[in-house]
Amino acid sequence: MYQFQYHRPKNLAEALDLLAQDGDAKLLAGGQTLLPTLRQRLAAPSALVDLAGISELTGISTKGELLSIGAMTRYIEIIESPLVQATLPSLARAVALVGDPLVRNRGTIGGSLANNDPTADLTAAALAMHATFVTDRRSISADEFFVDLFETALEQGEILVRIEFPLPDRAAYVKFRNPASRYALVGVFVAEVHGDIRVAVTGAKAKVFREHAFEAALQTEFSAKAVKGLDVGTTGLIDDLHASAEYRANLISVLTRRAISAAMIGSHRGA
Amino acid sequence: MPDVTITVNGKREVRSVETRTLLVHFLREQLRLTGTHVGCDTSQCGACVVHLDGRSVKSCAILAVQANGSEITTIEGIGTEEQLHPMQEAFREHHALQCGFCTPGMIMRAIDLAIRHSEADETTVRRELEGNLCRCTGYQNIVAAILAGAVAMRPHV
Ligand SMILES: Cc1cc2nc3c(=O)[nH]c(=O)nc-3n(C[C@H](O)[C@H](O)[C@H](O)COP(=O)(O)OP(=O)(O)OC[C@H]3O[C@@H](n4cnc5c(N)ncnc54)[C@H](O)[C@@H]3O)c2cc1C
Ligand code: FES
Ligand code: FES
Repeated sequence: MYQFQYHRPKNLAEALDLLAQDGDAKLLAGGQTLLPTLRQRLAAPSALVDLAGISELTGISTKGELLSIGAMTRYIEIIESPLVQATLPSLARAVALVGDPLVRNRGTIGGSLANNDPTADLTAAALAMHATFVTDRRSISADEFFVDLFETALEQGEILVRIEFPLPDRAAYVKFRNPASRYALVGVFVAEVHGDIRVAVTGAKAKVFREHAFEAALQTEFSAKAVKGLDVGTTGLIDDLHASAEYRANLISVLTRRAISAAMIGSHRGA
Repeated sequence: MPDVTITVNGKREVRSVETRTLLVHFLREQLRLTGTHVGCDTSQCGACVVHLDGRSVKSCAILAVQANGSEITTIEGIGTEEQLHPMQEAFREHHALQCGFCTPGMIMRAIDLAIRHSEADETTVRRELEGNLCRCTGYQNIVAAILAGAVAMRPHV
């Protein structure tokens, strides 16, 4: 690992100051992606700004029909939260499929979403449920947040504060794991939010995306049958040593149908 | 170099560390607690598992400075040679190791697992062990040991 300075600011304002003073500083959340990256010398930030002590970035609460989760909330806290289990069980289940239990004891929802790994799980949850990303300066909709491979709408020096999920009428996530890395080879999150049906796919392209043809078919009839036979095509799909584009295309169809069935048998709040 | 105060196996340690020092290197090289192993450099194997404030974590994916002010338990802190921890005893009893390299991480993970799932069945144990790799045993005896260790750890009523 290269040398860097380490800061543990006490509040959001202090963290923003540190970022403003040093354009090469990087935020440190759970460190489950960043520290292995530094260890392999794939990045050389001048400083790490540890978000662990900042209370503005923590906490899970509901506000009417919204579930708000602080960026520094660790996966394990989401899984164990009675509030998440009661209001958005499909999210708790998706989080329980991230990595392994040791990663889940440290990793955070904000770190995962800000990282925007093309094979991450929670990107699909946020996109399917039309979540809102609240930062220190503005709100960004999920449709705008995920820009490209490992790239988000967050600007230099901007901090993700919390994510707000509208509570869906029904929702479910189905993941086909890459058996070696445990990331999603393909994952599909289906959600119906206020009558609006959204299908988000992760693992298959440079970034998470919505499968609009499926959404249109489901809008007419919410059933696995409605999307059967619809061809997703292979344009833009990842084709690598883990799976061919054709294999991924097939997984998208199969997992979507499974997610629909899971959402239908689940409680009103999903799976 | 910043100073850190970390309670390791009940003993308060105040040391200077480089900011880039990983917790696992702090434990092994500065405190000479070499029971915690390093099995990979991609944070995937779980040989380095310790407890940080009561939760099992990969000590290769945490900086020592991040652990400042916290409590760490390593494999050295759970039992003595005369009186093994029930989970260590179960590993010995069930022959749950061959080369032994993964064992400290396995045992630290197993203790956390047993505390959180005292009624764990085989499926739960296998699922909860996903972050720990063993290249020798095929896991069969490790799972058997953890099931027995979890029973031995149950609070006696
Ligand atoms: C063995 C292993 C298996 C894994 N498997 C999976 C898996 O199956 N599915 C999956 O989705 N992920 C997986 N991961 C990744 C894991 O989920 C990481 O925890 C996650 O990607 C990053 O979260 P973090 O809190 O650890 O963030 P960090 O690693 O600390 O940070 C990640 C990035 O986000 C930035 N960042 C963090 N917080 C903020 C914020 N509040 N505002 C702005 N920027 C911020 C950081 O600067 C950094 O660039 C795995 C990781 C490992 C080691
Ligand atoms: S040394 Fe392999 S996970 Fe830590
Ligand atoms: S006993 Fe050799 S790696 Fe597990």
